[in-house]
Amino acid sequence: MIPVIVIVLGIVMLGAAFAAIYFKSLLASIISAGVISLFASVLYLILGSPDVAMTEATIGSGLTTVVFLFALYRVRKGNLDD
Amino acid sequence: MIKYLAVIVSVVGLGMIFLPIVTGFHEAEQLSPLAAQYVEGSINDLETQNVVTSVIVTYRGLDTLGEVTVLFLATVGVGLLLKDGVKNRLTMPFSEMLETTSSVLVAMIMVLGIYIFTHGHLTPGGGFQGGVVIASGFLLLLLTSSETKINHLTLHLVESLSGAAYVGIGVAGIVLTIGFLSPEVLPLGEFGRLLSAGAIPVIYSLIGLKVGSELTSILVTMGGE
Repeated sequence: MIPVIVIVLGIVMLGAAFAAIYFKSLLASIISAGVISLFASVLYLILGSPDVAMTEATIGSGLTTVVFLFALYRVRKGNLDD
Repeated sequence: MIKYLAVIVSVVGLGMIFLPIVTGFHEAEQLSPLAAQYVEGSINDLETQNVVTSVIVTYRGLDTLGEVTVLFLATVGVGLLLKDGVKNRLTMPFSEMLETTSSVLVAMIMVLGIYIFTHGHLTPGGGFQGGVVIASGFLLLLLTSSETKINHLTLHLVESLSGAAYVGIGVAGIVLTIGFLSPEVLPLGEFGRLLSAGAIPVIYSLIGLKVGSELTSILVTMGGE
């Protein structure tokens, strides 16, 4: 059961990584980069390292995404939609 | 055409480099001697339940001090580059429901963050994770309420005092001739209690406060227009 879950998580992460490259909108790219970290944290939890999973979930998918969004907002001067 | 060929060749080459790792993989039957030493020492000598924490704070304490320094320098850099113009804040359109719910949630998030870094030596988690949870609580406060004013002086005070206290505990180990950043400057206590493992919970709480205030100041600086 666990190998199946790990493979599915890996495929989803690969898909999100390619999506982050090929999305036209930078906002969507930032969100899918956050999705990679979210699934990576689930993967770490399954592999038995809750400490790393916690770090990945909070820093990788939470804070980094927000900092990127703020940076995008500052660069675009408030035009967050595209 | 040549571009695609070069890409395929480099991918296949990388695959060949990593092939021995895949084919020669076998599950480890027992811990390596170094890992066994850490696990034994963490439980028997340091009275620490969470082995990961004892490695991060004690056995690799100097690396953690370096990590905290890197984060501090990053915060200083962001503050220096984006110094001017923190006037208008990026906020969501307010609704009463959003504001009320977030004010309840923020208190819970803060308590969770404090729990994570004070129990770093007992349960998974620690200073870095707890600090980020606290910073995300402040982020929720910043985004949902226009009246939130975060005092920069308080943030800097908390950040620099906890950083100085962290180094101070390390130097106390030298003065008492135990070793830099040794947790044995405080009594080790009983295995599994909140007040155990010597200075480890104190150091991790200081790291939590430092990381939380640093990341909050980054968010305040970057969220300003």
